[in-house]
Amino acid sequence: MKSFARVVLSVATTLFGLLLVTFVISRLLPADPVLAIVGDHASESTIEQARIQLGLDKPLLVQFGIYLGNVLQGDLGNSIRTGQPIAEELLRVFPATLELATCGVIIGVVFGIPLGVWAAVRKDTHIDHLVRFFGLIGYSVPIFWLGLMGLLVFYAKLDWLPGPGRLDFGYEELVTPVTGLMTVDTLIAGDIDLFKNALGHLILPASLLGYFSLAYISRMTRSLMLGQLRQEYILTARVKGVPERRIIWKHAMGNILVPLLTVIALSYGNLLEGSVLTETVFAWRGLGLYITDSIFGQDMPAVLGGTIVVGMIFIIINMLTDVAYRVLDPRAR
Amino acid sequence: MKPFLRSALQGSLAAVAILASSVAAQAKTPADTLVMAYVIDDFISLDPAEIYEFAASEYMANTYDRLVVIDPDNTSQLKLQAAESWSVSDDGKTFTFKIRPGIKFESGNEMTAEDAEFSMERFVLLNKNPAFIMNQFGLTAENVKDKVRVKDPMTLEVELDAPYAPSFFMNCLSYTSVVVDKKTVMEHEENGDLGHGWMRTNYAGSGPFFFRSWKPNDSLVLEANEGYWDGAPKIKRVLIKNVTESATQQLLLQKGDIDVARNLTGDQVTAVSKDPNVKIQSKPKAALWYMGLNTKNPHIAKVEVRQAMKYLVDYDGLGESMFAGTGIKHQSFLPDGQLGAYNENPYSLNVTKAKELLAKAGYPDGFNITMETTNKTEARELSASLQNTMAQAGINLIIKLADNKTTLTKYRASEHDIYLGEWGSDYQDPHSNAEGYLMAPLAKRNQWVDEARSQKVLAARDEKDSAKRAQMYVDLQKMALEESPYVIMFQRVETAALRKNVDGLIIGPTFDLNLYRDVVKH
Repeated sequence: MKSFARVVLSVATTLFGLLLVTFVISRLLPADPVLAIVGDHASESTIEQARIQLGLDKPLLVQFGIYLGNVLQGDLGNSIRTGQPIAEELLRVFPATLELATCGVIIGVVFGIPLGVWAAVRKDTHIDHLVRFFGLIGYSVPIFWLGLMGLLVFYAKLDWLPGPGRLDFGYEELVTPVTGLMTVDTLIAGDIDLFKNALGHLILPASLLGYFSLAYISRMTRSLMLGQLRQEYILTARVKGVPERRIIWKHAMGNILVPLLTVIALSYGNLLEGSVLTETVFAWRGLGLYITDSIFGQDMPAVLGGTIVVGMIFIIINMLTDVAYRVLDPRAR
Repeated sequence: MKPFLRSALQGSLAAVAILASSVAAQAKTPADTLVMAYVIDDFISLDPAEIYEFAASEYMANTYDRLVVIDPDNTSQLKLQAAESWSVSDDGKTFTFKIRPGIKFESGNEMTAEDAEFSMERFVLLNKNPAFIMNQFGLTAENVKDKVRVKDPMTLEVELDAPYAPSFFMNCLSYTSVVVDKKTVMEHEENGDLGHGWMRTNYAGSGPFFFRSWKPNDSLVLEANEGYWDGAPKIKRVLIKNVTESATQQLLLQKGDIDVARNLTGDQVTAVSKDPNVKIQSKPKAALWYMGLNTKNPHIAKVEVRQAMKYLVDYDGLGESMFAGTGIKHQSFLPDGQLGAYNENPYSLNVTKAKELLAKAGYPDGFNITMETTNKTEARELSASLQNTMAQAGINLIIKLADNKTTLTKYRASEHDIYLGEWGSDYQDPHSNAEGYLMAPLAKRNQWVDEARSQKVLAARDEKDSAKRAQMYVDLQKMALEESPYVIMFQRVETAALRKNVDGLIIGPTFDLNLYRDVVKH
């Protein structure tokens, strides 16, 4: 019970700090938020009226206080630009990001760990160089460019994959959102063709994000693995004649699993924040684009709402990682 | 380990390939639906009393009826829409409109003068972004209920505070006279908001298309009004998808996954025009790229400096490169297509001439000056070119790029030296820009207000003889070309790229004249 209270308290302070900083930074910008909705041509009286309606005529601290009070009552407010409830908007964009990020991190783990291990085992051979070079590209080439190239090759030229969007345009309206995950919703609707369509649309952007997280995961796996392979217990095991595969996947892997988990969790968290560039290229309305658009539109309630989601993501991932530590490492129990 | 890894990799690659081949076959747009990629992130509301943005006013034009509209084929003419006829009293102050019988809202309610009265009052009372257009005629929140009245069930009367040129009032109405369904709107009224809260995301209209759904920043769906009084649209649905990346729009169009791409850049337009499956449609819009020179700055206060700057723009070079397909050279403050627009362009890049003028002003070696502009591709490219040509005469432009709202905040407070941006007319009447550039707000921001000049603008506004009125505007434009602190450079051209099988899309001179009604897909 005591630990539960501690968790709640730490969640609350983290979120409070996040909100405060976001709020203050945004209001330090030398731009007038009212201009975002009234535009360049509106009269002074219209601007004044909008300022009062949005509560922007009140002192900064009062504005923040009012906002916090509403959030505590579960009301994230309405978007300044669209007038729609922010909770609803977030519920629409977050699943899109969740779907993409989850597929991305799965690809990153499934390919990244074996590649990292492989590179470590073949240290300083051409395989190692190749894997590291492959990772380096994923790390350093702008994802925006990679995305457009991917579309150009696999969609425009080869016609292997469908284009941008979460479904072919014109079909999106046919799916009733239940979970907001397009693949799941099409299955719920029982439409296999639409499911395949949704899956097809996922492949390219998810591979792209997957490549990005693969680059990170494989690099970290390689260095963690190298650290273990130098240990004496590995030498002992080899002397005792334990098969190499067992040494690597059981003995060494067992020891790097915990730090590797942190790497994966971080990578997943980053993807869940949403990748603005990937979402832009693939016309994929996710969290990253939502927050970026809101910042540019000076839509403070929306930015704060997005911040809460991102904060919650990291808190939840941290908690899950903690739980996983305890399962994997008896010393942490 | 090696065999394990290899098989894992091979297996996954094979899975991807199989999946890919199974989904690639479908696609292409449904035959009864117009699918359009269009940046619609400027939508803040669906309420016609609040809509004032480019894409949003296009939505309004396709889903609502207005009393009168501008004829897209001949922009100096009006076309009757919800009004069957109109007349003006002898004193020029009272306008009478007969509502066309038989117009039905989506709710099934028939349109009457009461709806038109309510809509016009609501437009003024809500005092949203476009309300000032009606305020110009003395229609204010205090008096609008008296000034706009129902004479009989199908007749509406509007009384203005002074006799303006009828063409001026009617041109303004072509934007503001949207008729909403009073009964439906008032059913959703809350705390005396005249249904505004509900209307921000809902619909109560009678236009050729009905509104179906709007996901902000994502998509907009319209459906044909089969019982439209002027004939049902030929296409059943319109799906507008917000695709912000123009390169993505280009790919989608060339693959046939969309029918129309609305936001291609000049280079992309040139590229797709070579595609046999694509055609291009374009129209000059009432928006101008210009530099606003703040005469508060002592350098700019000298008229020779302002003239010199007008000689330091590479109009032709820019027109052939970055503005190819998206802009045409235009130097007067009235855009081509408006009454009295002066289409001569006396300035060209002439460094020698500019140097002479600068020497005359006392700056033989030029000076340093800052220019504010927004961080968008077009503004960035244009300012780079300006920096280059200005430098040839010794004017060192220091460019400050920032987010649009940041620059605008500064510009509105008149804290700039030079502002580079785009200004669109508020309505299709010359007074909009004449007032903007010569009285307020632009003249105020650039500190170039003068009582005698303002009087001339107002005289032109009130001139009843259209030919005379046009001449008055030509004179004002010639004066502005000489003296004004505006370096007007290009008029925006809106270019849509369409699949070859799509016909009938109307791209008009303003965004509220971009119409889908006649679209057919062969």
